[in-house]
Amino acid sequence: MPTEVRGARTCPLLSRRALLAGGAGAVAAGLSGSLAVPALASDPATGGDGSFGMLVDLTECVGCRSCVYACQEANGWTGDPERPAIDGDQWTAVREVELPGDPGHVRYVRTQCFHCLDPACASACPVGALHKTPEGPVVYDAGRCIGCRYCMVACPFHIPRYQWETPLPLVAKCIMCAPRLERGESPACAEACPTGATTFGRRSELIAVARKRIADHPDRYVPRIYGLTEAGGTSWLYLSDVPFEELGFASVGSTPPPQKTQAVMEKVPVVAVGVAALMAVVRWWEGARESRDEARDARERAGTPSGKEPGA
Amino acid sequence: MKAEARWIPGRSRERSTTEKLVELGWGRLALWALALTGGLAMVYRLVRGLGATTHLNDAWPWGWWIAFDVMGGVALAAGAFVVAAWVHLFGKHRYAPLARPAVLTGFLGYLMVIAGLLMDLGRPYRIWHPIVMWQPHSVMFEVAWCVMVYTTVLAFEFSPVALEGLGWHRACRAVRRALVPMVILGVVCSVLHQSSLGSLLLIATYRMDPLWYSPLLPVLFFVSAVAAGLGMIQLEAAAASRVYRHRVEPELVEGLARGMAWMLALYLALRLGDWVSRGQGPWTRPVSLESVAAGLEVLVGAALPALVMSRKSWRQSARARLVAAGLAVVGVIANRIDSVLVSMRAGAGAAYVPSLLELWVTGAIVAAGVLGYDWVARHWPLFVEEPEALPGEARAQESRRPVGVTAS
Ligand code: SF4
Ligand code: SF4
Repeated sequence: MPTEVRGARTCPLLSRRALLAGGAGAVAAGLSGSLAVPALASDPATGGDGSFGMLVDLTECVGCRSCVYACQEANGWTGDPERPAIDGDQWTAVREVELPGDPGHVRYVRTQCFHCLDPACASACPVGALHKTPEGPVVYDAGRCIGCRYCMVACPFHIPRYQWETPLPLVAKCIMCAPRLERGESPACAEACPTGATTFGRRSELIAVARKRIADHPDRYVPRIYGLTEAGGTSWLYLSDVPFEELGFASVGSTPPPQKTQAVMEKVPVVAVGVAALMAVVRWWEGARESRDEARDARERAGTPSGKEPGA
Repeated sequence: MKAEARWIPGRSRERSTTEKLVELGWGRLALWALALTGGLAMVYRLVRGLGATTHLNDAWPWGWWIAFDVMGGVALAAGAFVVAAWVHLFGKHRYAPLARPAVLTGFLGYLMVIAGLLMDLGRPYRIWHPIVMWQPHSVMFEVAWCVMVYTTVLAFEFSPVALEGLGWHRACRAVRRALVPMVILGVVCSVLHQSSLGSLLLIATYRMDPLWYSPLLPVLFFVSAVAAGLGMIQLEAAAASRVYRHRVEPELVEGLARGMAWMLALYLALRLGDWVSRGQGPWTRPVSLESVAAGLEVLVGAALPALVMSRKSWRQSARARLVAAGLAVVGVIANRIDSVLVSMRAGAGAAYVPSLLELWVTGAIVAAGVLGYDWVARHWPLFVEEPEALPGEARAQESRRPVGVTAS
């Protein structure tokens, strides 16, 4: 049976580079350790595996949508980049959010796939159409997708979109410009951002940068990096001066959703073998009882002179 | 009817098309109409795509077809494995007359589930992908395999009916010899499949209402499916006696009713225990669609039928049995709809009501299933006293027949 080997489709080029640059990540991890808020110092918070990530600093975003234009162009989409929500032909979008207690003041919020460290979509997909590369992006293999949309149900951030209007649709979501990463380039949106609101780098380094910003400007930022632990941590990290809930970010706990199903899936072989064995034993037991009864009946018949069934 | 009979004059011996139609009766004609128009609706859905024909959208990636056709359909088909195991593994040969109808329901049920799934998949022609593209971490992968293997098993378990009907007795005997391992395989698939439909939802941990999201989902789905399956067989037995004049011993149906009551009681205990241990429950909430749905589902769909069936005098009343079985079946379907639709309402942030086409397609699939059952019931030996007796079982039955089966 052709089972899929995880990670077999990753780019060799980048992996080699990632190995060479691994030292930088370690340094950054040490740095981040010294600045860490103790509560955040959990495993995904270090991000020391050298994978890439993005840091979106919402305080820097001016709402120019350069990232969306760049994304549309890099990925060959032709729809209007000014649309406020991601769609079947738009992988990232900038939403204008009016602040609840502050009429007239707005924030611009970028939305796209968060590229979870333990992605629910990939764990859910029955055919392995989605998978996380060691470099960070969660990518999609359109040729495998059967269109069950379990990935959409599974994603804690409501990210994957479906091309509903097409007879033969595909799932649509940001792939963190995995092909560009393979070529050694950074994602199109990060390259296009004029203010540095979206920056690309190793996740561990970005965490260090984010923590430093919070530490240097405690009056400016809410003391939280969204994506550090959400759903087990995501490759994309956000900084904000407004509580994330007010900007429409999902309240997501720190347990990666795949853990919930994994615990059950691990029991499947045991249950299968156990049930089969139990049923076989029951059947054997009943069979033995039946032949015993049968033998007794035969004896009784033999003992009854007329050969008639007793007690009919 | 009469008006139609007038414009095609009946011939002397040969029956005209109209007469054949009249013989079919209104009920079957209506089913045919639903099935055929629904078939057109299916073609339309495939040509136009999901967006143009359903009310599914990015906030509601799963809708009516997954909730009712797939989740509900699989639960109702559970009677097949329960009865097959009871008769062929647990040696309860008295229940043998119920085995064939139950297996047929299961078989047709799974075919209907596959039909619904094909409608729902964005790329239905790739439905075979899980066979070669493995992703064993995915619950959906497990579901896909269970559907495939168990549908095959059901086809096998059902084949003696067809083979006998076709007069292929040698093949029939060969099939029977392999029956026990196949029944065991069917039980394994069913246990996995029924529970995995619950496990499927476990990954939606941040999306589902805690009234339904529970670590016990796989267990709850399995137990409730067994109850629903037993309920379905009772409904079928009632239909068999009314439509096909096949009398099923009331004592047997009573046994099913008792089994159903036990399963419902177990389900209730698990559900309530789960709610209490997690500090949840409809009583902790203000009145809302969620709390009312959860309350009704458990009270009317599980507690009431369990109560009715737990009293011997009520269990002996055919009408009370029918009502209780119906309630249990509806209750389990309601649970599946609640789990997939109601529980995700708040997270979706938008309303979802299935489109007419979605309901129509479901109606057509159900109609086709009923017609399939009807055809088999009228043409093949579906209602027989001692089906699928294995060599050993046959002897056992023979020796016991005067005491048990035909005595009453
Ligand atoms: S945000 Fe959603 S779509 Fe993106 S990787 Fe995580 S689970 Fe997958
Ligand atoms: S819709 Fe496609 S990508 Fe999403 S889970 Fe199903 S097969 Fe996988």
